[in-house]
Amino acid sequence: MLELLIVSTLNGVLFGMLLFLMASGLTLIFSMMGVLNFAHASFYMLGAFFGFQISRWVGFWPALVVGPVLVGAIGAVVERFGLRNVHRHGHVPELLFTFGLAFVIEEVVQMIWGKSPVDFRVPEVLDFPAFTIFATNYPAYKLFMLLISIGIFVALFAVLTKTRIGLIVQASLTHPNMVAHLGHNVPLVFMLVFGLGSALAAIAGVIAGPALVTQSNMAALLGPILFVVVVVGGLGSLSGAFVASLLIGLLQTFAVSVNVSLADVFAVFGFTPGPDSMLDDLWRVTVAQIAPILPYLLLVLVLILKPSGLMGTRET
Amino acid sequence: MTDRVVNAVVGSASRGVPMSALARYGVWVVAAAVLAVLPFVFGSGLALTVMSLMGIAVIFSLSYNILLGQTGLLSFGHAVYYGFGGYLAVHAMKAIVANGLPVPLPVIPLVGGLAGLFFAALFGWVSTKRSGTAFAMISLGLAELIGSSALILRGFFGGEEGITADRTKLLRILDWSFGPQVQVYYLIAVWCLLCAILMYAVTRTPLGRMCNAVRDNPERVQFVGYDPRMVRFLAFCLSGLFAGVAGALAAINFEIANSALFGAVQSGTVLLATFMGGAGFFFGPVLGAVLVVYLQLMLSDLTGIWQLYFGLLFIAMVMFAPSGLAGLIMMHRPLWRARALHRMVPAYFVALVPLLVMLAGAALMIEMFHHLMVKAVEGPAMKFMYIPLHANAVGPWLVGLLMAGGGFLLFHRSFRVVAAAWNRTGVADAAGGRP
Repeated sequence: MLELLIVSTLNGVLFGMLLFLMASGLTLIFSMMGVLNFAHASFYMLGAFFGFQISRWVGFWPALVVGPVLVGAIGAVVERFGLRNVHRHGHVPELLFTFGLAFVIEEVVQMIWGKSPVDFRVPEVLDFPAFTIFATNYPAYKLFMLLISIGIFVALFAVLTKTRIGLIVQASLTHPNMVAHLGHNVPLVFMLVFGLGSALAAIAGVIAGPALVTQSNMAALLGPILFVVVVVGGLGSLSGAFVASLLIGLLQTFAVSVNVSLADVFAVFGFTPGPDSMLDDLWRVTVAQIAPILPYLLLVLVLILKPSGLMGTRET
Repeated sequence: MTDRVVNAVVGSASRGVPMSALARYGVWVVAAAVLAVLPFVFGSGLALTVMSLMGIAVIFSLSYNILLGQTGLLSFGHAVYYGFGGYLAVHAMKAIVANGLPVPLPVIPLVGGLAGLFFAALFGWVSTKRSGTAFAMISLGLAELIGSSALILRGFFGGEEGITADRTKLLRILDWSFGPQVQVYYLIAVWCLLCAILMYAVTRTPLGRMCNAVRDNPERVQFVGYDPRMVRFLAFCLSGLFAGVAGALAAINFEIANSALFGAVQSGTVLLATFMGGAGFFFGPVLGAVLVVYLQLMLSDLTGIWQLYFGLLFIAMVMFAPSGLAGLIMMHRPLWRARALHRMVPAYFVALVPLLVMLAGAALMIEMFHHLMVKAVEGPAMKFMYIPLHANAVGPWLVGLLMAGGGFLLFHRSFRVVAAAWNRTGVADAAGGRP
């Protein structure tokens, strides 16, 4: 039991930190432009595939740097030549633009790397068990992922709150006109923030690629969970995104190891539901089986109890 | 400036005058006649199947536009209500056949509609608490929730393979078995027309007007004493109702309901169709649905990467024509009224030629790239528009690059020609194009 607890906590925090790597960029971009970037998970996927391709050519470590830089550049180009032009049509076309972009990126990735998973392996330096708790070998690569994401989290926090650049970015989010009057190039700040957000997602992609499956549907699989994170945390709230990321990471990891169904719960009270009703499965399905849908249940629950999200202040 | 205001006032006043009965009902009579005659013009099995799909897509897109166009709610999960409509329709058909109830097939879509309404009321209560981006994300989350649950709850949803029913086993009226596709087509056509009329009627009611107000300025809606959330909720329920009808018709058409009905592809397609057709106009989604069904079938025959072209077309529409096809058409209405439309033809021709050259060049390069990446085992020889070429040779790439680049430059320059021609008609000014 203790073993399960420790390993699940580690895995949950790891997944949560990965989610936050993406959610942080998404939240920054949302606060900045007022539009949720639907293609954010696609940048994560691009990061994973770029990481795979570059590590084939020159190794994993250069890929960890070059991949995110390339994706960040793509993100900046998308903002400069795409979103900025669509901006004048309003928020719905902006969101739809990123929706179309996600569609096109998935098609292009399928065209180049195919539909089946690619063989993206953990670098040999990190391919050993870091430590053994009870009987489980915890891989060093996962520890490395955890360290990278925590490191980036700390760096991001420090840059945003302690440096001059961070202050200008923060000010541009809330008072773009005032910042522009003070002589700063606000459109450039927006472009850089968009690029940085995309690069953060790509870092998540490069480090998650070898541990999870690098496949052309990974954006479509992760995207909705990512949006759940930002809505549950409260749109535009960075700390909310952090809490929600960890919450959903832990929730999903723990749920997988719980083999209890509603029928079991009711059996404790000496009640057994009738055998052959059409909604029979509702009783017999275990928590582990519904783990994939738990984030969405959490979303509905949070919306009923606190419509603006855990730490959100905005209404829309 | 004063003239413009007067014009605007007179314009809106004249629109407020009740239309003649001919103008008001004529369009529906014509639509009914066209729907009735179509199978005699295009009688092949393929054409009937395509037209049936178009009819379903039209209802679905119109129902989606109650949200997107009329209430300003962007939903990424509209297929949920379509899916429930389909599932409940199949369950109803099975139950009717099993118990021998005297219920004919044509009322089954009503079951689907009620299912859509019920679930829209259930989920809408939660999701319409928010508008804007949050609403969009909630709709996405709900769609994922339902889509995944459909695979878990096998008893009701039938798992991967779904559930099937036989549409010919129900009570027959006038000896229509609904076995042949043409009979199904007429069933879909009647429901399509009925739903379109009802949805149009809704836009004329006070509720329809309040929906537009909520879209444009929810704050002022509150000032005049309405609850924007309630208006959003009602619009959501109506939208779910008609989506359910569309889903039931789809289930009748395919005689199966599976979890693909709930899929993200379904939700995405209806969004694409509605937006590309033009969410700002009632007939926009109709155009969009017909176009998207047609493109899906035609492009998938022509090329293996039609979805890429589809996505690029969508992005181009969002960037350059956010009011959709209907918006482009309605832009020309003043010209048509002034009988000046023909004067735009030469300018459009000047713009069209480089545009086509540019698109052909881009498509050539995309196809060659696709051939090299995906069909590498077949060797470099391929055909583009019946012209044989080698995908790894320099020549075709140069031609493609020249066509795309040169076409783009010329197309960009042709904007001036078009703008000049537009100004020369003199109509745009009078219509308020510029002060």
